[in-house]
Amino acid sequence: MKLFIQSPGALTTIQDLGRWGYQAIGMPVSGAMDAPALVRGNILLGNPDGAAALEITMMGPSIRFEGEGAIAVTGGDLSPRLNGQPIANWTAVPVRTGDVLSFGGPRKGLRAYLCTSGGIDVPLVMGSRSTYMKAGIGGLEGRKLQKGDVLVTGEPGKYAAGTECPESLRPEYGEAPLRTVPGPQDSYIRPEGVKTFFETEYRLSASSDRMGCRMEGGTPIEHVRGPDIVSDAIPMGAVQVPGQGLPIVMMADRQTTGGYVKIGVVHALDVARLSQFLPGSPVRFSRITQEAGIELSKAEASALEALRAHVAAVLTNPPSRPQSVKPGSTVPVSAAAQGSSVRQCGASSGAMNITVNGEKFFVTWERTE
Amino acid sequence: MESKTEITAQILPAGETCLFVDFGEKIDMAINGRVQTLRRRLSEKPFDGLRELVPTYRSLSIYFDAVTVDLPGLKARLEQELAQLSSDETDTASATEVCVPVFFGGEVGPDLNDVAEHTHLSPEEVVKRYCESPLYCFMNGFTPGFPYLGGMDPSLETPRLKSPRESIPANSVAIGGAQAGAYAIASPGGWRIIGRVPYDLYDPGRDPAVAIQAGMWVRFYPVTMERYREIESEARAGTYRIEYRQRGAAPSAGEAGK
Repeated sequence: MKLFIQSPGALTTIQDLGRWGYQAIGMPVSGAMDAPALVRGNILLGNPDGAAALEITMMGPSIRFEGEGAIAVTGGDLSPRLNGQPIANWTAVPVRTGDVLSFGGPRKGLRAYLCTSGGIDVPLVMGSRSTYMKAGIGGLEGRKLQKGDVLVTGEPGKYAAGTECPESLRPEYGEAPLRTVPGPQDSYIRPEGVKTFFETEYRLSASSDRMGCRMEGGTPIEHVRGPDIVSDAIPMGAVQVPGQGLPIVMMADRQTTGGYVKIGVVHALDVARLSQFLPGSPVRFSRITQEAGIELSKAEASALEALRAHVAAVLTNPPSRPQSVKPGSTVPVSAAAQGSSVRQCGASSGAMNITVNGEKFFVTWERTE
Repeated sequence: MESKTEITAQILPAGETCLFVDFGEKIDMAINGRVQTLRRRLSEKPFDGLRELVPTYRSLSIYFDAVTVDLPGLKARLEQELAQLSSDETDTASATEVCVPVFFGGEVGPDLNDVAEHTHLSPEEVVKRYCESPLYCFMNGFTPGFPYLGGMDPSLETPRLKSPRESIPANSVAIGGAQAGAYAIASPGGWRIIGRVPYDLYDPGRDPAVAIQAGMWVRFYPVTMERYREIESEARAGTYRIEYRQRGAAPSAGEAGK
């Protein structure tokens, strides 16, 4: 399958799970900001967890497809549309030659992932396809996508069109406090400063990006000896406290090392959640132990395992055969039906999930005149 | 740079996927030697779930997979390794040295004269002392391949620019306060630029991608513009070999031929 970029959107880059193994030479990890969303999209399409996808920020691109395949849009809800008709997030949706994917704008969250059957195929740089724009490497020529770019997908895996990630297995979004393990340098902060950090409701600054999320508001956090340390490493989610005393959560494109005190490290799941916050959103931090953080990661691994099992079950035992519905024909949908409106049949082609009397149907249609 | 004081290590949490083994808030050869030794021991005998080891000035960051790691087991292993790190053993004594050609001054070293003025030395003397400094790469960071070099002759210490440059060309050799360094990729920066290396210090398609790596000794040596151009074209053709040797060995071919 080929993807023709008709318009690139505000910031659309190719990302996978990051460039691990090269931080010792100063190479940032990069990768998807909302990795749990990327992985779920890939599982729905039968891809390896870390297959490369498009990370779409705020205003989405317009993409024309050539060839047969499927897509899954996960993460934030940026109002994805196929040929002008809304499509469901968290669902494997078939696409074919001529179909155009576009986005209506952000409804919930900030970043969406466009996963494709087979994943986006660009050359691996140091084991990853992630774009790191600052060094101009990875992705497509190390840059964000632009009009006229053509992307090719890799060898597709097995998937069933219409497979949906059940709500219970999706990542938790929302504004609950970000779970944070204190350290490695919480002892460089005065006890009142640590208290301030865990008790303040901050606001996410507009000057946040793939490198870091800056906090605004609240009283400055006081250091014991000052904000500068002899530089050491910066893990994903590390909370730096520079001289002005306001925390910065370090994100996917963070530099590998830095010279500011780190009061704590936000859990990977909550770094992903934070990456969906709009500027101005309230941000709070809550304290957890390293052991509790590991338990959260294990729970996430179980959720992904459950999704894999769900996808496999749909593959071996599909809920129904896809049914063709001609425009004008009557679809036997009772009052018990849930799902997208049947009026969508006015589109030249489309697909949707409907549930009738508890039985799930995946319906496709096309104009036949 | 060598400390004679007792070095104590702390094992600190850094989120659910990382532990820091911190040897102290200091830029110090002995401390960095511990970091490198622990790094070597863990890479030689990796534990289940190890993702990546990142050495810095003063600590080793140990990244692991939170789902598969045995955290109590890892902590016990680290305690055991730390107990074995005797106070005089460091990796630095036997480390690799990389000899790096530089054209100093002119268009590629716009701050050489300012450094000379600040230090009350002639530009030639600045170059001589820079090249004679026993430079040691404590870590890579900032951008891919940027080496943080300690051990520069203290008489060369020059403050950073008050207002950083928006873009410094790749492979620029620099002085930042008491530290030496080299901009491996083009980036903004405030260090004083005194020369340039004729090949890419960072090249993702080359092995090694980064020429000057943490734990290596570094010796810069001056070359003429003519030789600079030669090396430049050799590097482009892929025939240039980065000059690595064991520290204390005979001068490298390039250096001998300067």
